[in-house]
Amino acid sequence: MKRYSAFAVAREALRYHMGWDRAWASPEPKKKYDVIIVGAGGHGLATAYYLGKNFGITNVAVLEKGWLGGGNTGRNTTIIRSNYLQDSSAAIYEKARGLYETLSQDLNYNIMYSPRGVMMLAQTQHEVRGYERTAHANALQGVATEFISPNRVKELVPIINIDGPRYPVLGALWQPRGGTARHDAVAWGYARACSAMGMDIIQKCEVTGISREGSKVTGVTTNRGDIACDKLGIVVAGHSGHLADMAGFRLPIESVALQALVSEPIKPCMDVVVMANTVHGYMSQSDKGEMVIGGGADGYNNYTQRGSFHHVEETVRALVETFPMISRLKMLRQWGGIVDMTGDRSPILSKTPVEGVFINCGWGTGGFKSIPGSGWGFAELMAKGHSPLTAEFNLDRFKEGRFIDESVAAGVAH
Amino acid sequence: MLILTCPCCGVTAEETEFHGGGEAHIKRFGPGSSDEDFHGYLFEKVNPKGVHFERWRHANGCGKWFHAARCTVTLEVFGTYSAQTTEPPQDIKDKISAKRPGWSWREFA
Ligand SMILES: Cc1cc2nc3c(=O)[nH]c(=O)nc-3n(C[C@H](O)[C@H](O)[C@H](O)COP(=O)(O)OP(=O)(O)OC[C@H]3O[C@@H](n4cnc5c(N)ncnc54)[C@H](O)[C@@H]3O)c2cc1C
Ligand SMILES: [Zn+2]
Repeated sequence: MKRYSAFAVAREALRYHMGWDRAWASPEPKKKYDVIIVGAGGHGLATAYYLGKNFGITNVAVLEKGWLGGGNTGRNTTIIRSNYLQDSSAAIYEKARGLYETLSQDLNYNIMYSPRGVMMLAQTQHEVRGYERTAHANALQGVATEFISPNRVKELVPIINIDGPRYPVLGALWQPRGGTARHDAVAWGYARACSAMGMDIIQKCEVTGISREGSKVTGVTTNRGDIACDKLGIVVAGHSGHLADMAGFRLPIESVALQALVSEPIKPCMDVVVMANTVHGYMSQSDKGEMVIGGGADGYNNYTQRGSFHHVEETVRALVETFPMISRLKMLRQWGGIVDMTGDRSPILSKTPVEGVFINCGWGTGGFKSIPGSGWGFAELMAKGHSPLTAEFNLDRFKEGRFIDESVAAGVAH
Repeated sequence: MLILTCPCCGVTAEETEFHGGGEAHIKRFGPGSSDEDFHGYLFEKVNPKGVHFERWRHANGCGKWFHAARCTVTLEVFGTYSAQTTEPPQDIKDKISAKRPGWSWREFA
């Protein structure tokens, strides 16, 4: 792997940019790997990367049915924050946020992490109490957040209407080091680093079956032949239930569509991320000037990557009331992703009933922010059989009634 | 946009009139059942990629619950039927078989 640098850009400029290497290789699958990861989204690629970097395990394949980063990793609204209520959540999300701070340097790939600040509006008394509680919890967890006044909200976001008739802004939970990053670049940066360690990233390779001998996994069946492995990591977001079916166990997960949209580009008007969970909408401005908008998930099981129009309408209605100046904006694009929802709105990073099969899923509407931390912890779990970061997120927590309840804490989970 | 027909009042309307209620035909396990069964009943979902059976409520209409048979890959609705049953009726199963030969869902096929 040739390093990217200012010098390299200058050198290539002098020779018509003919010297750039491909960022990652496209090898044919081998017969056998120590570890196979299914799904080349952010979580799968980060897992592979930390398996290599932290544990020296590099005989690894990442199998992807489409193109890498083409799942939810390339479809999300890129909000990064770690202001969660429960200790185990704060730990893994803050680990991730911390890794994001230096990820561009670590990967030698500009992921455009922009800690511009994330603001979650409190628009009911209930939300005020909830966020004050979260701010206290965050203080104990070592996550820097604070509860701020409506006037401070207006200072930070001049385009906001804080005295709307129905849901006036009563304050906000403010995380100054939250923000956004370039989603594709996160997938691409990890992929490039994995490829450089000698791992095989195999695109257009769909896993169609999981083979086992007794209770132990032996490999996978794919549209490009059978591939053997000692350990298998399933990291397929919305398709987790489908893959669990193949392995022969069930998950407490349902797959639904979540949509987002962007407007035409306009001049810079808002330099923080604003989330309004009561009215169900959130917005930030991309570097290109587009307003990036998202809302709540659709209400029924769906694998189509298309959502229902009335959810877009609801989101836009809420945001127009909160930001009156956007009422004349034209929307450019709208899309959907299939998100994997658990009952307690927390992820599952766990061993499974099949020996050698591990699963990382349930990130639902909010797992972009956690990619580095999840990969870090899940790689440790796969390599050593235990990780302090993931321990609480195991599959047994449902049976044991040990929920990590973030649904009450956030309302909307992004 | 889904379009469903409520079998209780006969109205055909778009999804904003209805409210999804999750997986149908769940067998209840209560006090006295094993931990496994209770856990399965409460948490384990079928979440299929394909034929699915769901509960829906005609929330902004007659208010009643009913069942729908749907494909989660194409969003095609195979049919709706009364909730007063523990198993999809034969005509619904036949309709699905005509379009998705070899389908199965939990113990139904
Ligand atoms: C509209 C939208 C907005 C969002 N906004 C935010 C946000 O602002 N902040 C945030 O933190 N999170 C957000 N999220 C959630 C976030 O995108 C996801 O939690 C995260 O990207 C999941 O990453 P992943 O790697 O687990 O899954 P994915 O990126 O979906 O990757 C899974 C991969 O597995 C592949 N796959 C599936 N089945 C198979 C198979 N059989 N064989 C081989 N490969 C297979 C898929 O093709 C896919 O590429 C949003 C999601 C959506 C849809
Ligand atoms: Zn009705």
